[in-house]
Amino acid sequence: MKPIASAAAHVAAVEAEPSATVSQPTAADFARGLDERLWRWLTLSPALLLLLALSVLPLLNLFATSFFTVSWSGGHSSFTAAGLNNYRELAGDTLFRAGILNTVLFALFAVGGQMLCGFVLALLCTGVARGRLLYRTIFILPILVPGIVVGAIWKLLLNYDFGLVNQATALIGFDAVNWLGSANTALASVIFVDIWHWTPFCFLLFLAGLQSLPQDVYEAAKIDGASGWQELAYVTLPMMLPTIMVTFAFRLVLAFKVFDEVYLLTGGGPGTATQVMSFTLYQRFFREDQTGYGSAMSVAIIFMTCLLLSAAFAARGRMGAAR
Amino acid sequence: MNGPTASRTRLLATHILLIAAALLVLVPVVWVVAAGFRTQISLLSGAFWFTPVLKNFNEVLFSKTSDFLVNYRNSLIVGLLSTLICLVAATLAAWSLNRMSWPRWFVHIFLGWALVFHMFPPLALASAWFTIMRTVGLDNTLTAVVLAHTVLNLPMALWLMGVFVRDVPIELEEAARLDGATTPVLLWRIVLPIIAPGLAATAILTFVFSWNDFGVALTLTMKQTATVPVAIAKFAQDYEILYTQMAAAAALSILPALVLLIIGQRYIVAGLTQGAVK
Repeated sequence: MKPIASAAAHVAAVEAEPSATVSQPTAADFARGLDERLWRWLTLSPALLLLLALSVLPLLNLFATSFFTVSWSGGHSSFTAAGLNNYRELAGDTLFRAGILNTVLFALFAVGGQMLCGFVLALLCTGVARGRLLYRTIFILPILVPGIVVGAIWKLLLNYDFGLVNQATALIGFDAVNWLGSANTALASVIFVDIWHWTPFCFLLFLAGLQSLPQDVYEAAKIDGASGWQELAYVTLPMMLPTIMVTFAFRLVLAFKVFDEVYLLTGGGPGTATQVMSFTLYQRFFREDQTGYGSAMSVAIIFMTCLLLSAAFAARGRMGAAR
Repeated sequence: MNGPTASRTRLLATHILLIAAALLVLVPVVWVVAAGFRTQISLLSGAFWFTPVLKNFNEVLFSKTSDFLVNYRNSLIVGLLSTLICLVAATLAAWSLNRMSWPRWFVHIFLGWALVFHMFPPLALASAWFTIMRTVGLDNTLTAVVLAHTVLNLPMALWLMGVFVRDVPIELEEAARLDGATTPVLLWRIVLPIIAPGLAATAILTFVFSWNDFGVALTLTMKQTATVPVAIAKFAQDYEILYTQMAAAAALSILPALVLLIIGQRYIVAGLTQGAVK
């Protein structure tokens, strides 16, 4: 808090000074000030208007809608005040509860897996000189593939009857597994697909981080006779910690948004095995046309995102203080 | 321990692991593209060898019951338009917030809101947009999707362009001011040429994210306004899943990404890493 306050005071002091010392502003100064003020607003206004009209306004409207029961008939809606009923109903919605639990499980395991795989790949990649660019090109590919296509790819590969995965496991004598259709393996399969999809992103950030580490520290470690593992534990990991934290936060936020792959791979099933928050919301709001109740669910999800964010900020603040 | 043979073995092992990982990335994609060239019977029989046919691509692109060309056009329109609007708005705003004398609290609130907004699940936002678009009569229009994608990608573009705008030497801008350059001239002649590579990186990412979006497009479109991902999902939803056609459509849908990966990898890497590291 301190630096911001002092910086603000500094800015105020700098801004106050000219008017106190300079005798008279000329007409040219005045025109320039006017010009600057005009352009200051003109350059900001497109983004400002977009954010106000398409983020603030819709969310306020969503919040208001969450206190109503909305029924549709013939393209017309009628609103009945519902007070807090929608929110009360939320607490008893088993689908929503399953959605939250699965989303948390999904996010933790998927992001953990991606970070681990991405880090190993990045370490391996910095170990080779020739072919590094080719490897990077190949590893970037999944980042650019639409989530729905990733879903389509793995729906085919994990198919019980003819999927490549079951064909491959049959070669080494395993029985076919209904990866997406069985409650025991469905969530794990979706997590695996997400790891396939987003490991490259973690890899890319880690590779950039590893390549920007100062080399002299490694030379010093070598002179001190550090083994490869010691180098990793005492040099690489501590220096990579900021990149690791940023990547973790980035991916965690994205993992909580998961929708595309689940939609195509399992549709939330079997049962509620792969029901995630966004998918529950989609079912309630769009498929069942429960506009009021769905709005309450959206508000709840947004509120939970905010909680998660403030927890992350608090953790970062504590880490900063500890240093 | 660090003899030449040991280090060569190690390098070989590293390459083997990396090649294995590369295969893990490539094989699924190649297998599905190949499935696009198979007949449904050949795929379902699980045979490894097959005679490639163009039937699926023909069906997907030119059959009377398929809207895939319309979907492709919709995706291109939405992607290009939303990228253009997003870039203009984000670049101007990023410059304004970094270089004009806005009060600090204002900058914090503006960028803070953009950041928080970026964290919300798209489906929650889609529900909000759906209601608003319906109220103003924009439901089931491409305009709605363009607007939604623009504001969906605006925070990332603001963030990235902020990084690139701050890299412009302030002395250069001050010198131009002293020479009497007005704001538009300054932006066009001094700032724009310097941030051009950053602009390219942001443009590619914005376009790709718009192209890839499924949740928002699914909820804001109907048959005629559907984008490519929505169309692909349709193949899987029908009573009888058209696996090979879905594969063909999936193969067609990653073409733009492949082109961008080949011609713009430098920018993609710059955009993805700048955004997270700085």
